[in-house]
This record gives sequence, structure tokens and C-alpha cells, in this order.
Amino acid sequence: MAQGTGTATTRMVDGFTRDELHALLFDMILYRRFEEKAEEAYAIGKIGGFCHLHIGQEALAAGSIKPLREDDLVITAYREHTQAIAKGISPGAVMAELYGRADGCSGGRGGSMHLFDTTVGFWGGHGIVGGQIPLGAGLAWAIKYRGGDQICVCFMGDAAVNQGAFLEALNMSAIWHLPVIYVVENNGYGMGTAFSRVSATEMEARSGACGIPAHTVNGQDVVATHRFFAELAERVRAGAGPQFVNAVTYRFRGHSMSDPVSGTYRSKEEVDSAVEAQDPIKILRDRLMDTGLLTQEELETLDAEARAAIEGAAEFADASPLPDPSTLYDHVYAEINEHGRLFLDGRGSQGGSHG
Amino acid sequence: MAELTYREALNAAMCQEMDRDDSVFLMGEEVAEYDGAYKVSRGMLERYGDRRVVDSPISELGFTGLCVGAAMAGLRPICEFMTFNFSILALDQVINSAAKMLYMTNGQVPVPIVFRGPTGAALQLSAQHSQACETYYVHSPGVKLVTPATPADAKGLLAAAIRDDDPVAVMEGELLYNVRGEVPDGEHVIPLGVADRKRAGNDVSIVTHGKMVHVALQAAATLAREEIEADVLDLRSIRPLDVDAILESVARTNRVVYLEEGWPFAGVGAQIVALIQDEAFDELDAPVVRVTQADVPMPYAKNLEQLAKPSVKAVVDACKRVLYL
Ligand SMILES: Cc1ncc(C[n+]2csc(CCOP(=O)(O)OP(=O)(O)O)c2C)c(N)n1
Ligand SMILES: [Mg+2]
Repeated sequence: MAQGTGTATTRMVDGFTRDELHALLFDMILYRRFEEKAEEAYAIGKIGGFCHLHIGQEALAAGSIKPLREDDLVITAYREHTQAIAKGISPGAVMAELYGRADGCSGGRGGSMHLFDTTVGFWGGHGIVGGQIPLGAGLAWAIKYRGGDQICVCFMGDAAVNQGAFLEALNMSAIWHLPVIYVVENNGYGMGTAFSRVSATEMEARSGACGIPAHTVNGQDVVATHRFFAELAERVRAGAGPQFVNAVTYRFRGHSMSDPVSGTYRSKEEVDSAVEAQDPIKILRDRLMDTGLLTQEELETLDAEARAAIEGAAEFADASPLPDPSTLYDHVYAEINEHGRLFLDGRGSQGGSHG
Repeated sequence: MAELTYREALNAAMCQEMDRDDSVFLMGEEVAEYDGAYKVSRGMLERYGDRRVVDSPISELGFTGLCVGAAMAGLRPICEFMTFNFSILALDQVINSAAKMLYMTNGQVPVPIVFRGPTGAALQLSAQHSQACETYYVHSPGVKLVTPATPADAKGLLAAAIRDDDPVAVMEGELLYNVRGEVPDGEHVIPLGVADRKRAGNDVSIVTHGKMVHVALQAAATLAREEIEADVLDLRSIRPLDVDAILESVARTNRVVYLEEGWPFAGVGAQIVALIQDEAFDELDAPVVRVTQADVPMPYAKNLEQLAKPSVKAVVDACKRVLYL
């Protein structure tokens, strides 16, 4: 169907129906409201530790993960709340994890940086910069070993490409032709260090040494990102081998909760102009309104639904119990051997005469 | 029973497990076309093909992480380190990924992987190629560690390690690969966490593991000529630890020497001493003495190397010390 023809409900933009576009807009608003709620909960001490928000980068979560199949695998770093939701973990289970509660997706053992639910293909949530990259290669290795047709999408920040693990994993993925897409969420900074200060070449050049094709996508444009990943995922599924994607984005908040939005390493003007011109929600909203695919009333309804869902998630987290203290030693080992002691602190199961 | 070398016994264990479970594969440097740096995987490429016997690039961090990822997805990788010295490059993936994964996923993601290769010193390989790495591994909850000393134990413990649902390090020894011994034919699996009394005696306990079992046995033979009968307890498994076997030996001899190849500071022996004073303090007739590598990087010169390694004489002297002789 030609773009811009037909009624508002059947008309398509860039191959997307109105309903699909509304769904993408809703997802991004949901992620934004989730992160705002987390910010609020952090401020009053309901969330502790390190907490990294994805505000400004929501189009990437929706655009790269929504096109995947449920049985495709996603593995990522620690700025992953919205990615977890995009892959299918309920906002309540994510919020409960941030709150350190028993109903959290990692039972309260992982926290913000270690969200997992492998039943929906979300493989964490890793806190060592670059550590998830070889693991992602391994997930892809297992797919290939078993002859499956899933793919693995492995996310990382721009700073992670400077780790040796990046080069090692990409090289092995290339020689073994693994079904994996490496996605750099290039928000320009690793904490306070601009990528240009720690890389002599552009991002696109970083996979070339391993012979892995590099692509760049505007990560603020959810429609372009979705279309791009839908197509790339099918190519990898069909055997195209590993791919490298430089997804250009921008972080609207500080690195973590203790870092001000702007300051020593980036100016207020820089952030303000990005928030003004690069907000992925505004970009899609304006586009839909300009083409008559979204009314102010519809937008308000979507936002109200998102807010209600996040309020529900927060209520779920609040109501969830703390992890049972008697489980402290659970899941250190999958197999408690019949013989010998695994714990020598006198406390754990098998922990000695007192345990 | 067949007489096999330690190297052949390890090979037999891997083949035994690869025959029964397609999810087991071997990856490491030189494991396939070269037959293994120490020829442990001889013939396996031919037998299982390059899907399951895989030469990796020299990327310890990378291929270890890849194997951990594959184990997360339910495969059972045998990740070979040419020696455990090089696994120090991979410790991030061993400790931050493999050891912690089950816990931080609340039990969702077990990591059934084996890390194996030689640990400790061989001959004149100097500082970077001669260190015992046990402590790096057992320090971390979530990891298990076995240290076979004989061909039979090599087969049985490696097989058990492959079947175990947790990350298990199997630490071998370059100087053990040619050791010959009787190995049970057919299926042979030794449960983790069971120590083995390699020699019985009631005068003094020499508790040890891995390659040092042979040093302990020589020391015991020397002591026997002076009518001192040493109990030589081979832990075989450091984590899980056969505490009962240690306590039983202590209760019989009341005198203990711990012998290990590694350094003393926060070493395995330090843990064993702490355990004994915790749980068998009243049984002791003398403080426990540790015999370890000298607290220095391994020197190259033959005479210095000999001085740095735990020797038969040092063990004999330690036994006499706890016997107040
Ligand atoms: C190996 C390691 N070194 C340092 C850190 C501390 N650290 C946490 S996040 C971060 C910056 C990473 O930036 P990037 O990869 O660009 O991701 P972003 O935070 O921008 O999403 C650093 C240095 C770490 N977690 N791991
Ligand atoms: Mg960054």
C-alpha cells in the first residue's frame, strides 16, 4: 500500500500500520515511565546500589528487541531495565527486582544490573563492562551446535568495544560464523569519557579487523531501527553470520543515579539540545501527529495506560515480600554433592558442625 | 583394569563422557589438530570431528567466556587451558560469570562446565609457567575443584566433573601426564568430595592433594625406615572437601602436616589449618605445620627452583617437627 493513502486506520508509514506504530509509541512511553518511576523510587531509598537509566535510549530497546522472536536470545550489560521489559519480562517483575524483592525476576539476588528470565530469552544483565560479549558468542555457539534457527543479540555500550573480550569474541564469532548480532548502544560516553577520546577510529571501524560487517542505525528513530533489525535478524537467521551494529543514541540522564545529568564532561547545552531534538518519543509522536495518525487524545490515552501499568508494577514490587533469609545459601551450587562440604564458613548448608 | 598413563586416563574419561552425551564438547588451544599441547586429546578430533573438538584462537578470556555462555545455554563444555597459568587471563569469566551465574539468576542458569589443564610447576619453566592456581579457583563460592593424582583418579574425577551441574576445575600436572597406573575399564566415575587414603599409618597425617601426593608418599617411605608410619590423605577434591576424612585422620594421629604446591599466603593449607583448629583442636598434640612452595615467584636456576619447591626432605622434617623428634 502506498504511503499516505487510505484512512487513518489502514494507512501505513514506512511499512508499519497505525496500530503497529501506536504499539511502538506505547512501548517507548512505558519504558520512559518505568525509568522515571525507578528514579523516584531510588530517591526515596526503595532501590539501592547502582542503577543506570535508559532514558533517551528507549527507541533502541523497542526497535531492536521487538522484531525478535520469543525464542531468540538477548544478552546485555547493566543499563537493561527497558530491554528486559521489551523482551517480555513484566514491568512488575523488573521493578520488584530493583526493589530487591522475592518476586523480582532474579529473586532479589541480582538487582538492577542482573535481570534475568531465560524463559523469555532474556539472559541478563551483566556488570563487568564487556563481560557479556563472549557469553553472547557462547549462546550463539550453543544455537549453532544444536542446529537451531534462533539468533542471539548481544548489546554493549560504546566503552565496551575497548575491552579485549570484544575483539576475542568477535574474532571467534567470525571464524565460526555464529548467528549473533553485536549491538553497540553508542550513547557517546562511557561514564564521563567521550568515545572519541578513547578510540582512534570511528565505531564502524571496530569490527572490521575481524571481518564482521558494520552497520550504523539512528537509534533515536524507532521506525528506522525496527525496520533495520527486522531485516538484519532474518538475514542472520538465514545464515549471514555475525553482524556489528553501531546504534547511535544519547543518554538523557547521568551515568548512574549519583552522576548529574550534565557537568564536568558534557555541557548543559549539549544535553538540552539532545533532549530537544533527539527524544525518540517526541520524534515518533510528532511524525504520527504530522501525518494524522495520532491525535492528542490518543496520545493521552496511551500515556495514561503506560502510567497505570507502571503504577501497577510499583504496587506489585511494594507488595512483594523480601527474599526469605533461609534462602541465603540457595543456588550457590546447582548440585550439592553427596560427599564432602562445599561451604566452610560454618553457616551454609553442609557448613559444618554448626550448620 | 588396564595400565594407562595419566594422560590416557584423562582421554578415556573425555571419550567416555562424549560417547554418552552429545552436549559435551572440548575446546581449547591446540586440542584438535595438534592432539593437545600435552597430547591429552590425542585422536579425539578424528573420533568426534571439529564440531565437538575445537581449536580455539589464543584468546583465554574469549574462549572461556564463550564456553561459559554455551554452558549457560545447557551444553557441557570441557574448556582446556594449556596450563592454568594462562587461565589467569580468563578469571573474569570463571569468577564473575561462571561462579556467580546460578546465584544472581536465582537458580535459573546453571553453568555445567569443566575447566581443565595442568597446574603447578614442571621443570625449570620459571615464574610465569610454574604456579599452582588452586586458591584462585576455590576462593570463590560457586566453583568446585578436583586435583587427581593418579591415572585412576584422573579418569574417575574428570568423568564426575563433566557430569556435575556446576563449574568444576580439574587441575592436573605436567609431571603427572606420564605416570602409569591401573585404571578401571569401562564406566568409571569417582564422586566429588571423597578423599582417598593413599597410605595408612597412625603416627602422623600428611594431608595433601594433586601432584604432591607423590612427594608425600616418598616422604612416608623415608619416615617408614625410621619406623614412623605416616597416614597419607589425598584430598582429591578441594571443594567439596572431605572434612570427615580429615577429622578421622587427625583423631587417629593427632599430628598433621599439610603439603601443597602453592604459596602459603591464603593457600589451601591455610584453610585446612583453620578447619582443623575449628573442629579438631582438642585432638591435636602439636600445631599443624604447612609445607608449601617458598613464598617467591618460581626461579629458573635449577638449584633455586629446587629450594623453592616443597621437597621430600621438607615434608620429612615437618613430620618430625609435629612429632617433636
Ligand atoms: C571491567 C569494568 N571496568 C569498569 C567498570 C565501571 N564502569 C561501569 S559502567 C562504565 C562505563 C561503560 O560505558 P558504556 O559501555 O559506554 O555503557 P553506558 O554506561 O554508556 O551504557 C564503567 C567504566 C565496570 N563495570 N567493569
Ligand atoms: Mg556509553
